[in-house]
Amino acid sequence: MLNMLWASMILLGVIFAACTGRMSEVTNAALDSAGEAISLCITMAGVMALWMGLMEIASKAGLIEKMTRGIGPFLSFLFPRIPKNHPARGYIATNIIANVLGLGWACTPAGLKGMEELANLERERGNIGYQDKKETAFKGGTAERTASNEMCTFLILNISSLQLIPVNMIAYRSQYGSANPACIIAPAIAATFVSTLVAVAYCKVKDRKGVILDSRQS
Amino acid sequence: MAIMTRMSDIIIPIIIFFVVGYGMVSGVKTYETFLKGAKDGLKVVIDIMPTLIGLMVAVGVLRASGFFEFLGVWLAPVTEAVGLPSQILPLLIVKLFSSSAATGLVLDIFKTNGPDSYAGMVTSILMSCTETVFYTMSVYFLAAKVTKTRYTLTGALLATLAGTVASVALARWML
Repeated sequence: MLNMLWASMILLGVIFAACTGRMSEVTNAALDSAGEAISLCITMAGVMALWMGLMEIASKAGLIEKMTRGIGPFLSFLFPRIPKNHPARGYIATNIIANVLGLGWACTPAGLKGMEELANLERERGNIGYQDKKETAFKGGTAERTASNEMCTFLILNISSLQLIPVNMIAYRSQYGSANPACIIAPAIAATFVSTLVAVAYCKVKDRKGVILDSRQS
Repeated sequence: MAIMTRMSDIIIPIIIFFVVGYGMVSGVKTYETFLKGAKDGLKVVIDIMPTLIGLMVAVGVLRASGFFEFLGVWLAPVTEAVGLPSQILPLLIVKLFSSSAATGLVLDIFKTNGPDSYAGMVTSILMSCTETVFYTMSVYFLAAKVTKTRYTLTGALLATLAGTVASVALARWML
């Protein structure tokens, strides 16, 4: 996806410049942008190092683990049908906390493990798409996997963004001379709250409407 | 507005104080641990460096070609009707596919309009309240080998829309 997007941006830019006679501007822009990316990384390196350093302390002190346990009731509300002791719960909790704290590196691996566990949960529930290949062929069902309600909720929640402190944005803002780079924290929290609230409401409504279709048919 | 700025000002010092204090009380070697984390943070930045170069060059080329002005003029009726700065629409579209490509556009908006301008504020808040839709979906569903995604896309787009509306409203209110 990104390959197509990147290539079409470059190609479109050059073709458009050829049409409007702005080739020299494009030359400068290409060279300047590359240099600018590096100076941006230098500003960002400071902010990221500070944040990750703090988070390392938080994680060593057991603060993150504590928070993960603390959101238990919230998880039960969002995913009422995941059994209490299922491994999916732990991964989802870690993913959510990492999301809230803006720990990108911790959130994707936990998220992916969470999805795998949710797939296992579907197998345990007897959803036909998730069984072993041979068994499916024997039953004559389709092997296509349909997302469970839990998967939909988990994904929508992730996309709605839960991050409290937009560390990257603050770094970018300070690089481009903002008078108060951190002034977006409060509005960002408010906006994140709105988008997450809409996401949760939508998921709850959809979740109530019915559980996955395929397992019923089989 | 005043409350928002006040809150934004105190959050970071509070987090720093709380985390370091909590670490000290729980007997963590705070400074050494901080250094280790900071090192990891630098690694993250080095990892995204090539991406950033590639994408900033692409956006730079596209901008220098005059394409964005063209797009802005062309889309002006739509964006003006909803009070969206004209630069935001391309950002919204690109953000559906890739957050790093969107970052290139964000930096471009900061450079041309300034991070504290109306467009800059909308951008800052917008980028903080939603994630990329198609990228996240493809990676996560790939992990579970799911092909039928049911209502995920609708929900994700709805959340993004809510975040966008909130960003515009909040930026208006802040300025």
